[in-house]
Amino acid sequence: MDEARRVRIGRLRWHCRRALLELDIVFQRFWGEVGDDIDESTLDLMEGLLAEEDHDLWELVSGRRQSEDPAQQRLLARLQATPNLNTFATERH
Amino acid sequence: MNPTVRKFDAVIVGAGGAGLRAAIQLSESGFKTAVITKVFPTRSHTVAAQGGVAASLGNSEEDNWHWHMYDTVKGSDWLGDQDAIEFMCKKANECVIELEHYGMPFDRLDNGRIYQRPFGGHMSNFGEKPVRRSCAAADRTGHAMLHAMYQRNVKANTQFFVEWMALDLVRDAEGEVLGVTAMDMETGEIVVFHAKATIFATGGAGRIYYSSTNAFINTGDGLGIAARAGIPLEDMEFWQFHPTGVAGAGVLITEGVRGEGGILRNAQGERFMERYAPNAKDLASRDVVSRAMTTEINEGRGCGPNKDFVLLDITHLDPATIMKRLPGIREIAIQFAGVDCIKEPIPVVPTCHYQMGGIPTNYNGQVVIPGKRSQNEIVPGFYAAGECACASVHGANRLGTNSLLDLLVFGKSAGETAVETLKLSPKAHKDLPQSEIDRALARVDRLNSQKDGANVHETRLAMQRTMQKHAGVFRFADLLKEGVEKILEVQKDVQRTEIKDKSKVFNTARIEALELDNLIEVAVSTMISAEARKESRGAHVRNDCPDTAECPDGRDDKNWLKHSLWYKEGNRLDYKSVKLTPLTVETIALKKRAY
Ligand SMILES: Cc1cc2nc3c(=O)[nH]c(=O)nc-3n(C[C@H](O)[C@H](O)[C@H](O)COP(=O)(O)OP(=O)(O)OC[C@H]3O[C@@H](n4cnc5c(N)ncnc54)[C@H](O)[C@@H]3O)c2cc1C
Repeated sequence: MDEARRVRIGRLRWHCRRALLELDIVFQRFWGEVGDDIDESTLDLMEGLLAEEDHDLWELVSGRRQSEDPAQQRLLARLQATPNLNTFATERH
Repeated sequence: MNPTVRKFDAVIVGAGGAGLRAAIQLSESGFKTAVITKVFPTRSHTVAAQGGVAASLGNSEEDNWHWHMYDTVKGSDWLGDQDAIEFMCKKANECVIELEHYGMPFDRLDNGRIYQRPFGGHMSNFGEKPVRRSCAAADRTGHAMLHAMYQRNVKANTQFFVEWMALDLVRDAEGEVLGVTAMDMETGEIVVFHAKATIFATGGAGRIYYSSTNAFINTGDGLGIAARAGIPLEDMEFWQFHPTGVAGAGVLITEGVRGEGGILRNAQGERFMERYAPNAKDLASRDVVSRAMTTEINEGRGCGPNKDFVLLDITHLDPATIMKRLPGIREIAIQFAGVDCIKEPIPVVPTCHYQMGGIPTNYNGQVVIPGKRSQNEIVPGFYAAGECACASVHGANRLGTNSLLDLLVFGKSAGETAVETLKLSPKAHKDLPQSEIDRALARVDRLNSQKDGANVHETRLAMQRTMQKHAGVFRFADLLKEGVEKILEVQKDVQRTEIKDKSKVFNTARIEALELDNLIEVAVSTMISAEARKESRGAHVRNDCPDTAECPDGRDDKNWLKHSLWYKEGNRLDYKSVKLTPLTVETIALKKRAY
């Protein structure tokens, strides 16, 4: 991976450290699924999303509010649909 | 190669409520102030606080600081220092009004004054009946607070170092603190922040537990750093738990769910609370419910393959009621438990929420440690405030909304004391001891060069599971003993963690490994302090300390009315007295903590 891309992914991963545990978990499973294979357009969308304030972000991620940008809404749908990595729950199912 | 040195009058580590409040004090007094933070200030964990901040403004009904003080001492199960508690409760109004002037959009009454709501444990007339004492800004109190204070700091020219991680203290041979070493995440560069005043406001360490309501950022860095520099940690056995965090995820399920008829069940489907609290059942108080859940799990009646959670069942409720009365709960259950709570019960466990202990300070925000002359000798140049500090106002148990107040009052007072000290201090900075700089560099070098080491993720998980099982909400003598051995084993792995990715720039794997170095100090201090304290008090409840005439509810004032101090070196424990004498009023006399 070229250095610029590696740095960009590293920075975005760190920007997923949020003040609300709910968001931390959602983003953790997202990265668990996409890993470093994430495409550039998704990186752009993530950058936009992560610029939101935490409470606004949770409203979007939890589906309580819809994004006006269709592309961002598609990313949100993907975040919501990422398989549950909660160990307790997956062990049960 | 020696790192770059940057000189400031004051360096503050942490930009949550406590750090930002301290910074205002210093910058507005004209001192050159740096604030170092791992995340952008308004993404600090203070954002998660929704309930509000306590102050006896008396806007809706009669109230005063003395009643607030009484509630706080009682809530602390008499382990809180009464001088610090008086100080905090007296200063509350001033600090909240100041925040209003900074632009905090508090909810208001029709007459324009700040609206106040009741909150558990806050009472009028020395414990008589609930009082409205909590001031909030809708459900975004913490967030609004940080915004107001951040803007104020920008105006005052506070210099922010965002996405920098403090690594270690610089402390000279006389014990004076001369600053910190920190790493710029963007470049991997390590810099010494050389300062005459160093204030820690790094927040809590709730991530030592497997189940925690705390965001990932709460890794107790300030505590780990202080412990490595020879500073003891105070009252680390006291952690507040919430009964219903989603198992595995930790996300809070509000008490309202049980209020609406939710039932807790074990693996056999039994409504076990009927056995523990025949009258109140699932609505018994937080600690009673949490302990009952733990007993079920420890006695093998937990659910799932590891039998390590119980179920919160609302499937018998009308779906319309769930959607109307409990908004957001279904989303949380689906997202974090993988269950639709209308059809299936939610797996829950008692979940770590708040750390009462921390870096020992007095009410001026100065770090104090036992020395030759007294139990509370000031460490020159070192201050702490907020959840990482132990003033001690929360003692063995914190009251809701008192934490945000703690940030404001002690953030301000640490800042004020630093300002006064700086005014008297010599112009030149003291020389930096090379050995201390080398110490921080050695820790990073060790990590970079480690071969055949331990996996960070697995080691952290081992620590979290050990803490959850052995030093959870209900503590068992044999489990604690075993827990000490186990956590010391985990510590050995932490000392040999390895990262595969050695790159310098935004290397999150390295940051997580460095955070684990801090978490483990908190975990070890908690386990050792908890094993040693042979009584039940506040949040520390042991099975071998039952309710007797001499020790009501297991609290043993004769032998244990004292603060624990854990030292990293040799895992040594020491104790110091609780300050029972307030500043101006009479002592709030010991009595059984009953509501
Ligand atoms: C879900 C939840 C709800 C809560 N609700 C309430 C409530 O309603 N009322 C109330 O009174 N309390 C509440 N609390 C408790 C309260 O929110 C916290 O105790 C408080 O916000 C802690 O503030 P702080 O300033 O000490 O630290 P934080 O806000 O956690 O800030 C810590 C800062 O330190 C920085 N930092 C940490 N380590 C380093 C390092 N190594 N290098 C550089 N920077 C570092 C971080 O970047 C951050 O800026 C709640 C807690 C939780 C978990």
